[in-house]
Amino acid sequence: MTASYEKYDREHRGTVGRVEVASPRMKCRNVNVYYGEKKAINDVTIDIARNEVIAMIGPSGCGKSTFLRCLNRMNDTIDTCRMEGEIFLDELNIYDKGIDVVQLRAQVGMVFQKPNPFPKSIYDNVAYGPKIHGLAGTRVELDEIVEESLKKAGLWDEVKDSLDQPGTSLSGGQQQRLCIARTIAVSPEVILMDEPCSALDPIATAKIEDLIDELREHYTIAIVTHSMQQAARVSQRTAYFHLGDLIEVGDTKHIFTNPSHRLTEDYITGRFG
Amino acid sequence: MNNGSEKTIDIVKKGLGRRYRVEKRFRLYGVLAITISLLFLALLFASIIARGHSAFRQTFVKLSVELAEAEFDLNDLGRADYQGLIKKTLREEFPQVKSRSDKKDLYSLVSSGAAFRLHNLVTDNPSLIGETVEIWVPADDDVDMYYKGYISREVPEEDRRLKDNQLAWLDRWQAEGKIVKRFNTIFFTGGDSREPELAGILSAFTGSMLTLVITLALSFPIGVAAAVYLEEFAPRNRWIDTVEVNINNLAAVPSIIFGLLGLAVFINFFGVPRSSPLVGGLVLTLMTLPIIIIASRASLQSVPPSIREAALGIGASRMQTVSHHVLPLALPGMLTGTIIGMGRALGETAPLLMIGMVAFIVDIPQGFTDPATALPVQIYLWADSPERAFVEKTSAAILVLLAFLIVMNLLAVILRNRFERRW
Repeated sequence: MTASYEKYDREHRGTVGRVEVASPRMKCRNVNVYYGEKKAINDVTIDIARNEVIAMIGPSGCGKSTFLRCLNRMNDTIDTCRMEGEIFLDELNIYDKGIDVVQLRAQVGMVFQKPNPFPKSIYDNVAYGPKIHGLAGTRVELDEIVEESLKKAGLWDEVKDSLDQPGTSLSGGQQQRLCIARTIAVSPEVILMDEPCSALDPIATAKIEDLIDELREHYTIAIVTHSMQQAARVSQRTAYFHLGDLIEVGDTKHIFTNPSHRLTEDYITGRFG
Repeated sequence: MNNGSEKTIDIVKKGLGRRYRVEKRFRLYGVLAITISLLFLALLFASIIARGHSAFRQTFVKLSVELAEAEFDLNDLGRADYQGLIKKTLREEFPQVKSRSDKKDLYSLVSSGAAFRLHNLVTDNPSLIGETVEIWVPADDDVDMYYKGYISREVPEEDRRLKDNQLAWLDRWQAEGKIVKRFNTIFFTGGDSREPELAGILSAFTGSMLTLVITLALSFPIGVAAAVYLEEFAPRNRWIDTVEVNINNLAAVPSIIFGLLGLAVFINFFGVPRSSPLVGGLVLTLMTLPIIIIASRASLQSVPPSIREAALGIGASRMQTVSHHVLPLALPGMLTGTIIGMGRALGETAPLLMIGMVAFIVDIPQGFTDPATALPVQIYLWADSPERAFVEKTSAAILVLLAFLIVMNLLAVILRNRFERRW
């Protein structure tokens, strides 16, 4: 390969590509994250558009999960974690003093790496969010929310006769879809997914991926994944992280066919990762 | 690498025999250890039961007491001379007994509690006055010991607790069917007494119960709340570290120190009534708290963090996360810690000695501020008593304590299994 045409070389650390979008759902500006003395995220600026799926890829320890957890302030629970910079959700700085994380997390939901249903019934798993936020006035409304959420998560037909069974009795893929149903039951605007398929088999993964595609209609989704194929399949835009730096952002098609940065190219061609 | 003629598989095979032997030997040690500990446990139980079982039966003597109207003041039945009536009945049973010392021997065959029995009978049924009633009264502890086989006729008279004439009277009573061994209700319904045949466990049992109620009511909520705060809410800093270290150290403090503290602080400073289950419960709370806090924290730590993240991720507040998800999952472990703590509190003697719960308590405590004693203290007191009959009482009291402990643990295990959920 001739290394002559317009490509940023490996030492370049500024973000390459299309960082900003028109009328973004979330706007991150100069985000730095520290764990104690160690800097985990270095000056990341990125927009997340409405109704898009943005994939965050990169080698292990590159800070993509840390960055994702900044978007709904899940890092607040880690004592040593410190964040600088600004993140806006619809023009509202979520790190402002007056912001209530409880309300924020109702707007920015999260699905985790390992399926983590509550040790309660399937119904209670989905109903928990609406219940604590007071979204349903009556039992009938709650039933509706549960049914609709499970339908959106593509789980309704499999569990409609066993809603009182424990959520932990489902298979791994079903559990993860239950967790997605639980997240969308509080009707968030953004759903963060932290490697949602890493513990699942290919068939369950395919189901979740189809689901992500459908959910895009109503929600904005940010997904961290280790699988480049998955990123290519489900996302419209892709962000490549490397050792705490956001190296490249752009249309998924562009990133996977013609990356502008040497490091991105190295990663997607499998030279490291 | 080996020299070629020997393959890896052969080398592995050679070592296999030794590896299996080691494993077998190790398993054998384990089985041996369990067998030995079970053996000791069985020995312990066997010896306690062998000594204590006879205390659950008591010898009674049947007396026919004539309740002559002249003896009673109908307006004040309590003031009649019941002791005199019993003595009179005994004299009439054996008219040949004349001398003062013989009479004394005769009177000592029945318990001094006989008069109380008669008193209760008459005050409950005043209509009996004027009639002759048959009443079973507890025999004296020496008589009881004789019928339980602890006093032998072979022993020369001067070394025997029962004299020849007393034995002769007893023989006549027995021939007439006036001596019976029955289930010892006194032991379960009476308070402590200087007379072994009248001594019961109920006051100590009630004292223990009341003390434990206070201990549980204080130490469980305080312990769990402390553990939840330290584990879920407290910031990680030096101040909290100090608190943690000190809680762990408290668990290792000898219990008598807590007794001294209770004496100085609760009794002398706050003026809590001495010898009361209240002060006992407070002192035992201090002792149990670190145990419960440590167990509760361990149990909170074992709740998978993914559950917390799940709850926080859909917008539960920290308080909701803890109370809806973490606490229910940690509760079984917390209960286990509480059982251990309460078990220790139930068996504790030393701190109670310091706060006056070692007193001789005849009355059954009616409330948290009444003077009381506790089961282990009662055992200690009885073990110290010289009468032969207290030996079996001591063992019987130990059995009651063990039964109490087992029932308590069983209850907690049932409770725990009901809360136990998998994730």
